[in-house]
Amino acid sequence: MDSAVLIHRLHFAFTATFHYLFPQLTMGLAPLVVALKTIGLWKNDERYNNAARFWAKIFGISFVFGVVTGIPMEFQFGTNWSHFSRFAGGVIGQTLAMEGTFAFFLESAFLGLFLYGEKRLSKLAHWGTGVAVFFGSWLSGYFIVATDAWMQHPVAYSVLPDGSVTLTSFWGLLLNPWAIWQYAHNMAGATVTGSFVMASIGAYYILSGRQKEQGAIALRVAVIGGIIACLLVIGPTGDGQGRNLVAYQPAALAAMEAHFDTRTADLVILGQPNPENKTIDNPLVIPKALSFLSTRDWNSQVRGLSSFPETEWPTNISLLYYAYHIMVGLGTIFMLITLVSGIQLWRNKLFESRWLLWIIMLSAPLPYIANTAGWMTAELGRQPYLVYGLMRTVSGFSKSVSAANAWFTLLGFLGMYTLLSILFLFVLQREIAQGPVEDAAHAAEVK
Amino acid sequence: MVFTGFLWFSIISVMLAIYVVLDGFDIGAGALHLFLGRTDAERRKIIKSIGPVWDGNEVWLLATGGVLYFVFPQLYASSFSGFYLPLMMVLWLLMLRAIGLEFRTHINDHIWASFFDVIFSVGSLLLAIFYGAALGNIVRGLPLGPDHYFFLPLWTNWNVGAHPGVLDWYTVLSGVVVLVALLVHGANYLVCKTDGDLHERARTTSLVLTPVLLVLTLVSLAATLAIHPGIVANYNTLKIGYIVPLLVFVSLIGIFVFQQARKEVLAFVCGGLYLALMLVGAVYALYPVILPAIDPQYSLTIANSITSGYTLQVGLRWWIIGIVIALGYFVFLYRMFRGKVTLEDGGGYGD
Repeated sequence: MDSAVLIHRLHFAFTATFHYLFPQLTMGLAPLVVALKTIGLWKNDERYNNAARFWAKIFGISFVFGVVTGIPMEFQFGTNWSHFSRFAGGVIGQTLAMEGTFAFFLESAFLGLFLYGEKRLSKLAHWGTGVAVFFGSWLSGYFIVATDAWMQHPVAYSVLPDGSVTLTSFWGLLLNPWAIWQYAHNMAGATVTGSFVMASIGAYYILSGRQKEQGAIALRVAVIGGIIACLLVIGPTGDGQGRNLVAYQPAALAAMEAHFDTRTADLVILGQPNPENKTIDNPLVIPKALSFLSTRDWNSQVRGLSSFPETEWPTNISLLYYAYHIMVGLGTIFMLITLVSGIQLWRNKLFESRWLLWIIMLSAPLPYIANTAGWMTAELGRQPYLVYGLMRTVSGFSKSVSAANAWFTLLGFLGMYTLLSILFLFVLQREIAQGPVEDAAHAAEVK
Repeated sequence: MVFTGFLWFSIISVMLAIYVVLDGFDIGAGALHLFLGRTDAERRKIIKSIGPVWDGNEVWLLATGGVLYFVFPQLYASSFSGFYLPLMMVLWLLMLRAIGLEFRTHINDHIWASFFDVIFSVGSLLLAIFYGAALGNIVRGLPLGPDHYFFLPLWTNWNVGAHPGVLDWYTVLSGVVVLVALLVHGANYLVCKTDGDLHERARTTSLVLTPVLLVLTLVSLAATLAIHPGIVANYNTLKIGYIVPLLVFVSLIGIFVFQQARKEVLAFVCGGLYLALMLVGAVYALYPVILPAIDPQYSLTIANSITSGYTLQVGLRWWIIGIVIALGYFVFLYRMFRGKVTLEDGGGYGD
C-alpha cells in the first residue's frame, strides 16, 4: 500500500476518533441536563437545579474539548484530503458551512449564557438557553452525519465537465435516507454515553456515601434516559442502519458479518474471521439467524463476500468485523445493565443494590468504546471508497503533502492529544470530587 | 456568472473581516494578558472580559471556511494543502489558547494559573504573527503549478523569490504588523471593558502602540509596492479605491485621538475599522484573483475556482437566513455581557 495515503488515513482516523469522545458526551448529556432543568423549573425544586448546574459544568468541560478538537476536522478536508475536497466540495462543503452557520453560532452564543448567565436571566429564559444549547448540539450532529452519509451513499449530485460534483437537490442532500437512520442511531448512541457517564458518577456518589441525594437524582434520570436510548439504539435505528447496508453497501455488510459464501447464514457471536480460508475460526453462532435478520426468512440465501469482485471488498475485513461485533456485543450488555437497573429502580431497590451500583460505576468507559467501534464499522465498511462508488480513497488524499509531512503533524497531534487527555481527566476529576453541592450545604445535608 | 462570483467573493471577504475584527480583539487581549494583567484579579478580569464571547467570535472562522469550501472548492483544496505545516501549527495554537483561557479559572491553584496564563498569552501572540504571515504569503504570491497545487516549506532563504517559504522577510514583516494591530485592538477592547489600573495601563498601551502601528503600516505598504509593483492595477483602473488606504490612516488617527479624549468606544470602533479596511484594501487589489501565483498564468481566480449552478443558488438562500439569525445572536450576546467586567457578580469566568 502506498504509504502516504495510509498516513493521511491514520491522521484523519486518529483526530476524528479522539474528537468524537467529547461531542458524544455533550450531545448525550444535553437532553439529560434539559430534563433536570425542566424538573427543577416545573417543581421549583432546588435539588434539581443544583444537579442541572453540576451537569452543565461537566457538559461545558466536554464542550470546550469538543470545540478545540473539532476545528482540525474541517481543516483536514483541505489539508490532507485536497483532491477529495476539490471533487466533492460543492456538495459536502454545503453541509459543513451550514453546521457553522446554523449550529455553531447558536451553541456558542447560548452556551456562555447557559453556563454563566443564570443571574442575568429569568428562570424561564435560562431554561430557554439550555434548550437552545441542546438544539444547537443536536443540529450540529445532523449536518456532520449528513456529510458522512453523502460519502456513504451519494445522492442529489451531478458531475460537472471538470469531473467534480455539484448539488442538484438541497433537500435530497439533507434528507438522504442513509443520513436519517445514521443520525437516529448515532444520537441514540451518544445518549447512551451521556446516560452511562451520569449514572456512573451518580453510583460513585452513593457508593462513597457523600452527595447521596444528588447521586440518586443523577441515577434516576440517567437510568430512565439510558433505557430509552438503549432500546432506540437496537430497535428501530440499528435495524434501519442494517437495512441501509442491505440496500446500498451489501459488500460491507458481508464483510462485517464475515460471511464469505452465498448460502443460508448463521449469526456469528464470537470467532475470528479467516479471510484466506473464507471461514470463521472458533465460531460461536446462532444457526440461520443472519438469514432471518436480513430477509425475515430462516432459510434464505444471504449474499456472501465472495460474490463481489475483490476490488469492491473493504480493505480491512478483520478490523471491520471486530469493530462491528464489539459494537453489537456492548450494545447488548448496555441493554441488560439498564433493564436490570430500571427494574431495581422501579422496586425502589437500586440505591441499596451495591453490586449493581459497582457495575454501573465501572461501565462508564464502555459506551465510548461502542460508539467508536460503531464509527469504525461505518468508515471501514465504506472502504475502498472515499465516496461510495464514486471516488476511491487512494484518489482523494493531498498528493502535494508527503508522507513525512503527514507523519510530522500526526506525531504532533499524538503529543497534543496526550496532553489534552491528561488535562481533561484532571479537570473532570476535580469537578467530580467537588460535587454538585457546595461543602457547606453538603455538611448541612449530612446533619 | 460574473456577478455571482463577485457576490460570493464579497460575502467571503465580509465574513473574513467580521472574523478578524471580532476574534482580533480577543487574540490581542490574550497576547497582552501577561503584560497588562499584573495581579491575579486583573488577569481574571481580562479572561472574564473575553470568556463569554471568544468561542462565538471563532465560529466566524469556521463559518467562513465552510462557505469558502463549497463556493471555491479548488481554493480550499490548493491553499489548505499548500499551507499544510503552518495551518497545522495554527490549529495547535488555537487549541492551546482555548485550553489556557477556559481552564485557568477552573483550577483554583496559582501554579496552574501561571501555567495557563503563559499558554494562553503566548498562544495568542504567536497566532497573531501566523495570521499576519499568512496574509503576507497571499499578497506576495505562491508557487502554484499548472495543476493549481503547491507546497510551501516553513522557510527557505528568507528572500522573496521563485522558491519562497512561508516565512521570509516580507511575511515576517506582515506578521509583526498584524501582531501590533491586534495588540492595539485588544488594548482598545480592554479599555472599554475594565476600570482602574488595568484600564489606564491598556489605554497607555494603545496610545504608545498606535503611532508604532502607523509607521509599520507605512513600511509594509512600501514593502508591498517594492515586491509587487503591479498590485496597484485595480486602484488605477478604478480610482475610487484609493479611498480605502486613505480611510486606513484616518481610522488609525481616530484610535489615537479618541483614546486621548477618553472616548473609548469610538477608539475601539476605529481599531475595528482599521482591521476591516486593511483587509478590504488587500482584496480590492487582488480581485478577481483569489490565490495569486508567482507565475500569474497559474493564479486561482474566481472564474477558474468557483463551483457552478444550483449549489450557489441554494447556498445563497440559506446563507442569508443563517447569517441574519447569527447576527441576531451576536447582538443579544454582546448586550447581555455589555459594560465593564467586575469580579463580584459571580458566575463562571474569573471566579
